[in-house]
Amino acid sequence: MATKASRSAARLMISPAVILLLLWMIVPLGMTIYFSFLRYNLLQPGNNPFVGWENYYWFFTDPSFSAAMINTLVLVGGVLLITTIGGILFALLLDQPMWGQGLIRIMVIAPFFVMPTVSGLVWKNMFMNPVNGIFGHLAQLLGFAPIDFFGQIPMVSIIFIVSWQWLPFATLILLTAFQSLDQEQMEAAEMDGANWMSRFWFIMLPHLARAITVVILIQTIFLLSIFAEILVTTNGGPGTATTNLTYLIYVSSLLQYDVGIGSAGGVVAIILANIVAFFLMRMIGKNLDA
Amino acid sequence: MARAISTKRKALNTTVAGTLGFMMFFPILWIVILSLKTEENAIRAPLEVLFGSGWTTESFGAVQARSNYLKHFSNSVVISLGSTFLGLLIAIPAAWAMAFVPSKNTKNVLMWMLSTKMLPPVGVLIPIYLIFRDTGLLDSRLGLTFVLMMINLPIIIWMLYTYFKEIPVEILEAARMDGATLREEVIYVLTPMAIPGMASTVLLNIILSWNEAFWTLNLTAAQAAPLTAFIASFSSPEGLFYAKLSAASVMAIAPILIMGWFSQKQLVRGLTFGAVK
Repeated sequence: MATKASRSAARLMISPAVILLLLWMIVPLGMTIYFSFLRYNLLQPGNNPFVGWENYYWFFTDPSFSAAMINTLVLVGGVLLITTIGGILFALLLDQPMWGQGLIRIMVIAPFFVMPTVSGLVWKNMFMNPVNGIFGHLAQLLGFAPIDFFGQIPMVSIIFIVSWQWLPFATLILLTAFQSLDQEQMEAAEMDGANWMSRFWFIMLPHLARAITVVILIQTIFLLSIFAEILVTTNGGPGTATTNLTYLIYVSSLLQYDVGIGSAGGVVAIILANIVAFFLMRMIGKNLDA
Repeated sequence: MARAISTKRKALNTTVAGTLGFMMFFPILWIVILSLKTEENAIRAPLEVLFGSGWTTESFGAVQARSNYLKHFSNSVVISLGSTFLGLLIAIPAAWAMAFVPSKNTKNVLMWMLSTKMLPPVGVLIPIYLIFRDTGLLDSRLGLTFVLMMINLPIIIWMLYTYFKEIPVEILEAARMDGATLREEVIYVLTPMAIPGMASTVLLNIILSWNEAFWTLNLTAAQAAPLTAFIASFSSPEGLFYAKLSAASVMAIAPILIMGWFSQKQLVRGLTFGAVK
């Protein structure tokens, strides 16, 4: 159907997008890789000699690197655990018949639309502040000593805040998946005497498997880049207790002006994200064929 | 085949889900309440806040007086609308071509475009920062608009593609057979069918750009800072001004919350790249 003329017209229509994205991908990426092999600090003017793998050596042997890697894993893993399990439960619940379903769903989804800096500051000040926060008041009322959230359990607090933001996302997607469940299949299983547990385990969960994988992969991509929530609550501290890879690179490049080491960190972050992206892209690609 | 559900069961569901939903929503509700109190009343115990005196709307005015809130608000509007419409301008032809004149490579091109979205922003922070510094784009609305357009372009193209794909080609052919010119075909047949999809793409993209908080924090200072960056300035000692922080936050999230409620369904499509339907 498509003629030669319409094909070349189509190519012309795609080209601006392709060229822009290609530039956007190659130019900064190439610069990051190039910088990562230079001794390059914005505070030390002069020529920037080529130093081979030195920056990577410094980055990997820096004790804050291993701390940041562990923190990144804990943060991503913690949030994924809470949001995935919580999301399944929430979606299961919201899929049940009830009054005011629309309103309840809106309330559950709302946190996703709150900008990261607002949710960080609101939780930090209005809830987790040991003196004036709601949790502090509550502890006082019950006769406990208030917890200094960002002093005593900083990572748990950040995981909590980020989970509050992402639980709606998991819920929304899993709810969509639930709603495409074949009801007749469920009824048939029920008639055959399958109890609720085995219906959940053998019909619902396999049906959800794909959606759950997508939730995990997409969230991982975003969670690896958590930044604003840390910036406004703990600044990566106390010490390096809440410094993740993204924040560490931010500190070495924009606060310590060390372009070389920051770039080496950037390359590490890119490789890490690509491992996740590889699996995600495969799933999306499969769906595109169907 | 709907089954009869007992009222008791329905009441139980409503209670449990309602309670959990309320807990999720509570922080948002709470800042709305605090934004309506005086500073000294906003830091009292929760019950005193609720039932005590000191209700006022002065915080909203105070935020503007102290730090020119409207400037940052308009920065947010300009940057998120600008990046969305610029992105649309580039994405519509591309998505159009891929949906209606597919070739062997279409799938690969789409997948490649999407893969650019997986690049962690921190991996390209330094080059972008340095390029912006050298070209005077740091702390400018133009620079930020461009960056946000680029990071969301793959999502816009992808969403538009899935919407365009749903338009049946047969209808276009039928119109052509009935003697419609290309212009008539575009205006009377295609556009009406494409508008809902484009509208939800626009909506989702405005939400994403409005809330973007990596580039906005790192590439702006006093001049071009949108609300994400402005709110971050409350982070240390000023955070203790609860009423003002609440007022600033309420105004920052309200427009997006409303848009978000309208675009729940499109959100799934846009954020899972069609992998969940």
